[in-house]
Amino acid sequence: MNLTFSQEELEFRDQIRRVFENEFPDDIRVQRDSGVTISPDDQVRFQKWLFERGWSAVNWPKEYGGTGWTPVQKYLFMQELAEVNAPDIVPFGLSMVGPVIYTFGNDDQKQRFLPDILESNVWWCQGYSEPGSGSDLASLKTRADLDGDHYVVNGTKTWTTLAQHADWIFCLVRTNSDVARRQEGISFVLVDMNSPGVSVKPIITIEGEHEVNEVHFEDVRVPVTNLVGEEGKGWTYGKVLLQHERTNIAAVHHSKFRLRRLREQAERSVRGATPLVQNPSFMRKLAAVEVELKALEFTELRTLAAVSAGKAPGPESSILKFVGTEIQQAIDELYVDAAGYYALPFVPEQYAPDFARDERIGEGNETRASSRYFNFRKASIYGGSNEIQKNIVAKHVLGL
Amino acid sequence: MDFSLSEEQQMLEDSVAKYLSNDYDFDTRQRYSGSPKGYSDEVWKQFAELGWTAVPFSEADGGFGYGPVEIMLMMRLFGRGLVVEPYLANVVLAGGALRRSGSDAQKAEWLGGLIAGETQAALAHIEPQSRYELDNVASTAVADDQGYLLSGHKAVVLNGGNADLLIVSARTSGGQNDADGISLFLVPGDADGLTVRRYATVDGQQAAEIEFDNLRVAADACLGEPGQALPVIRSVFDEATLAVCAEAVGIMQVMTEKTVEYSKSRVQFGVPIGSFQALQHRMVDMLTACEQSYSLLLWATMLAADGQEGTAHAISSLKYQIGTAGKKVGQEAVQIHGGMGVTWELDIAHYFKRLTAIGQLFGNADFHLDRLAV
Ligand SMILES: Cc1cc2nc3c(=O)[nH]c(=O)nc-3n(C[C@H](O)[C@H](O)[C@H](O)COP(=O)(O)OP(=O)(O)OC[C@H]3O[C@@H](n4cnc5c(N)ncnc54)[C@H](O)[C@@H]3O)c2cc1C
Repeated sequence: MNLTFSQEELEFRDQIRRVFENEFPDDIRVQRDSGVTISPDDQVRFQKWLFERGWSAVNWPKEYGGTGWTPVQKYLFMQELAEVNAPDIVPFGLSMVGPVIYTFGNDDQKQRFLPDILESNVWWCQGYSEPGSGSDLASLKTRADLDGDHYVVNGTKTWTTLAQHADWIFCLVRTNSDVARRQEGISFVLVDMNSPGVSVKPIITIEGEHEVNEVHFEDVRVPVTNLVGEEGKGWTYGKVLLQHERTNIAAVHHSKFRLRRLREQAERSVRGATPLVQNPSFMRKLAAVEVELKALEFTELRTLAAVSAGKAPGPESSILKFVGTEIQQAIDELYVDAAGYYALPFVPEQYAPDFARDERIGEGNETRASSRYFNFRKASIYGGSNEIQKNIVAKHVLGL
Repeated sequence: MDFSLSEEQQMLEDSVAKYLSNDYDFDTRQRYSGSPKGYSDEVWKQFAELGWTAVPFSEADGGFGYGPVEIMLMMRLFGRGLVVEPYLANVVLAGGALRRSGSDAQKAEWLGGLIAGETQAALAHIEPQSRYELDNVASTAVADDQGYLLSGHKAVVLNGGNADLLIVSARTSGGQNDADGISLFLVPGDADGLTVRRYATVDGQQAAEIEFDNLRVAADACLGEPGQALPVIRSVFDEATLAVCAEAVGIMQVMTEKTVEYSKSRVQFGVPIGSFQALQHRMVDMLTACEQSYSLLLWATMLAADGQEGTAHAISSLKYQIGTAGKKVGQEAVQIHGGMGVTWELDIAHYFKRLTAIGQLFGNADFHLDRLAV
C-alpha cells in the first residue's frame, strides 16, 4: 500500500503541468473561465494544440500516433488538463472511431482516416441511436443494402451530437435482418456527411442550445470500402468502442476542479451577500459531495492500478460511469443553490465571446448554473443510461 | 375536518380548468412565453373578465373577498397549464402589498386597473446581496421636504420589465439587516431615474434588474407606515410562497401522470419501459411525493385561511417539501423520458424548469428547513 505516485510519475506530471502553465492558449482559458461556449474553431485549435505536443490521442498506442501512456500517466494528464479548465476533447474521432479503425480496420482505412483524426482535421459524429432504438440499441432499423460495390443506406439516426459540424459519421446499420440474434447482422460503416441523401435536422435541448440532431439517410450510397471489419460484426466493434470510453468516463478531474471552484466561490462574498461558508446547510451538502468524489477518485485509481498490473479491472470499474454522472449532477445542483435568485435569469447572450463581462446580470457565471444543470440531466441518459448501467452490473457483476 | 370545496370554490376551479383545457395548450403557452412581454395581454384581459384577478381583494376594494384556498385552487391549475401570465407578480405580490397597506387613495388609484387587467405591477424587494433574508435591505429612501429620494438595486424582479407600477422597498432608517426602517413606495414604471433591464427567466417567464439613483417620489408614495413594512413584506412573501407551492404541486402531478403515460407507450426491448420494476418503483415514489406534497399544501392552506398561528411554520414545511420532493419528481420525469426528456420540444422540460425556478424562489429547501430546525 502506497499513497504516492512514483518519482517518474511525478516528474511526468510536472513536465505536463509546466507545458499547460506556460503554453496553453490563454484566450481559450479565459473563455472557459468566463463560461463562454467554445466555438467549433477554437475547439479544433485546442485539439490541434494537443496534437502538436503529441497529446491528442491519449488512449492510442504509439504505433498509431498515440501517447502510449500508462494508465497512471493518462490519469495524471487528465488531471492537469482539468486544472487549466480546458475544454473536453470531442470524443467521437479521438476516443471512439479512431480506436475502432486501428483495431478492426484494414491498412487502407488506417492510412485514410487516422492521421486526420489525430490532427483534428476531420470532425466525426456518432450515429448509433435511432428514434425507436435508444437503450435497446440492437433493435436499430437503419438499413444498408448491398448494390454492387456500394451500400445503399436508408434510415434515421437521432440525438447525433454536434452532427451540424461533422464531416463524417460512423454508424451502426443493419446489413442483414435474417439473423438468429438481433445483435448479429449489424455492421459498422463510415459515411461522408457530404454524400447526397444525408440531411441534418437540429434538435434543441432543454436549455435552448443546438447540440444534437436528427440525421436522415435517403438512398445514401456508401462505398463498401467504408465498411470497418467484417460485415455483420458491427455490434462487437461497437462494444469495444465503449471500453475505450473508460478513461475519464467518471469525469473525476472535472468534478474535482468544479468543486474546488465552488468552495472558493463560497468563501467570497458574491454580490455583497454573506459568503456561503457561513451557511452550514450549504457547506454540509458541499462536503458530502466532496466525500463521494474522493471515494470515486480512489475507485478509479483502483481500476487503474489493476489495469497497470495487467489484471482485468474488477467490479469497481463498472460503477464509474453512473457514480460519476450522479456526482456531476449533484455539483450542478450545488451551483444552482449557490446562485439563489440568480439561478433564474435566462441570458445566454451574455456568454457570447464579445459580451462585456462587467455588463452581465449576476456575478461571474452564476446565471449559467441552471442551464448547465438542465443540460447535464443528459449525463445519466446518454452513453447507456444509468438504469442500463445498473442492469449490466446486476447481471454481470452480481450474477442476478 | 372537511376537505370538500364550497360551491363557489368548485365553480372557480371548474372555470380555470375549462379555460386552460380549451384555450391554453402547450404550443400556445410557448408562443406567449416567446412574445416580447413573455405573456399574452389578451389572455390577461380574459383572466380579468373571468374575475380571477379580483379573487383575493375585498369586496370594498372591488374584489371577491376570497382567500388562500381559492388562490391555491387556481395556482395548482396554473401549474398544470404551465401558465406564464403574471398572476403571482400582479395579484399575489404587488396586489398583496397594496391590499394590506394601501391607503384608500392609493387603492383607488391603482387597484381598479390591476383588477381590470389594465395595469401591470411588480413587487421589487429582493436585492442582489439579500439572498432569502427579507430584512436585508440596502436600498435607501432619504426624506426631504418634497418626499423621498430612492437609491438602490432590486434583483430578479418578477414581471419588473412589464410593470406600470413598481412597489419598491427601501430603508428610511436603520442598518442593512434591521427589522425596523424598511418602507414601501409606489413608483410608476416609467419614472425618471429608473433603469429597468428586462430578461427572460429559465421558466419561460420574465424578470428584471431594476436600479435607481436619487429617484424622486412624493411623500404620499409611501405605502403604509414608514419604516414598518417588514411584517407586511413577510406576510406577502408567505402568501406568495404558498401560491408557488400550489403551482408546484400541480406541476408535479402533471409530470407524474405524463411520465406514467409515456412509460406505457415507449417500447424498448420489445416491452413498454413501464414494465421494468426499476422504473415502476420510482414512479411510485413520484406519486408518493405528489401525495405528500399535496397533503402539506392543504394543511398549510387551511391554516392560512383560518389565519391561525403556525401558518409561517406550515409554509416553511411545505416549501421544504416542494424543494426536495419537487426536485426529485422533476429529475425522475426527465430521466424516465430518456433523451426526449431533455428536448425543448417536449413540455416535460419546461415543467422541470419551472419547478426548478420555484425551488429557488422565496427560499430554497435548505433555507426553509433551517427555519424549521431552530
Ligand atoms: C444530449 C444527448 C446526446 C446524445 N448523443 C448521442 C450521439 O452522439 N450519438 C448517439 O448515437 N446517441 C446519442 N445519444 C442517445 C443516447 O444514447 C440515448 O438517449 C440513450 O441510449 C437512451 O435512449 P432513449 O433516449 O431512447 O431512452 P429510452 O431507451 O427510451 O429510455 C427511457 C427510460 O427508460 C429506461 N430504461 C430503458 N430500458 C430499461 C431497462 N431495461 N430497465 C430499466 N430502465 C430502462 C432508461 O434508462 C430511461 O430512463 C444522446 C442522447 C442525449 C440526451
